[in-house]
Amino acid sequence: MKRPIRPKIEGCNVAEHGTEEASGFNIHPMEQFEIHPLFGGDTLNWYTPSNTALWMGLAIVAVILLLVMGSRGRALVPSRTQSIAEILYGFTHSMIEDIAGKEGLKYFPIIMTLFMFILFTNVLGLWPYGFTVTSHIAVTGVLAIGVFLSVTLLGIFRNGTKFLKLFWISEAPLALRPVLAIIEIISYFVRPVSHSIRLGGNMMAGHAVIKVFAGFAGAMGLGAVAPILAITAVYGLESLVVVIQAYVFTILTCVYLNDALHPGH
Amino acid sequence: MAVEGDLVQMGALIGAGLACTGMGGAAVGVGHVVGNYLSGALRNPAAAGGQTATMFIGIAFAEALGIFSFLIALLLMYAQ
Repeated sequence: MKRPIRPKIEGCNVAEHGTEEASGFNIHPMEQFEIHPLFGGDTLNWYTPSNTALWMGLAIVAVILLLVMGSRGRALVPSRTQSIAEILYGFTHSMIEDIAGKEGLKYFPIIMTLFMFILFTNVLGLWPYGFTVTSHIAVTGVLAIGVFLSVTLLGIFRNGTKFLKLFWISEAPLALRPVLAIIEIISYFVRPVSHSIRLGGNMMAGHAVIKVFAGFAGAMGLGAVAPILAITAVYGLESLVVVIQAYVFTILTCVYLNDALHPGH
Repeated sequence: MAVEGDLVQMGALIGAGLACTGMGGAAVGVGHVVGNYLSGALRNPAAAGGQTATMFIGIAFAEALGIFSFLIALLLMYAQ
């Protein structure tokens, strides 16, 4: 996605933007996804501290705080923090065990890290003035390509040529198998695309919808009861969606891991 | 009537709008998965809990095809 890096570029023509700015909103729905340097200036290099880096860091600090504080007490009757940490741990643990089997538990740390990172960046993005890191395809793409590459390499190193059984479905009639193999190969290589865009697209679209209703409320002024009710409803829906999308990303990682561990179906 | 502006971009934006109709199909698919899960779960609530993960995987697969149309719309709007 080509979004302009700097929010206010003087004389920037509409054709380059792709979105029309001439609408009646005083709040632009896509403005929240722009990446700014944190400490002023207008150049954005790889080492510049930006709002993406800030919110990723906040998410990581929040995860570490929750898990460290939660596992510090180790009380028999858990405190609230400890029960939240235990619920998250047990949830991820049972998800991996259900889908990828006992062997999948070896990869518990990376999957728990993915789940917690995505969950916390999604939830922090719902804060007012927050920035949703996972709304950028660049971020989710790196996560999905990392999962795809590591799972593929794991499958090849663990199973050798048996890994190709994933594409050669032995239950199907022999005449159908080459056709199915082509379809399976295409769907295998499309995985990182759908995996990343599902998360990024959901986050971007949901937050943009909230901003669109906020634009209606801003245009209507004090009498904007309906838009504010709509924002509340959409916000409730979004609170559900951010958790479900983190869950879906993790569960698909488990499914891919299961394919790599047990390629023979 | 004279049309001013970039004709190619107009075509791309119309195409992006048309590509979004593909999301309707994904909506039907996701609704079908959840509806069937729910009707099965109401018949046999004891077995429902173990199938929630399967339902979400089914939703994800149905949703992936709607995501492709969204991707085409994004490519038409921003990447030309």
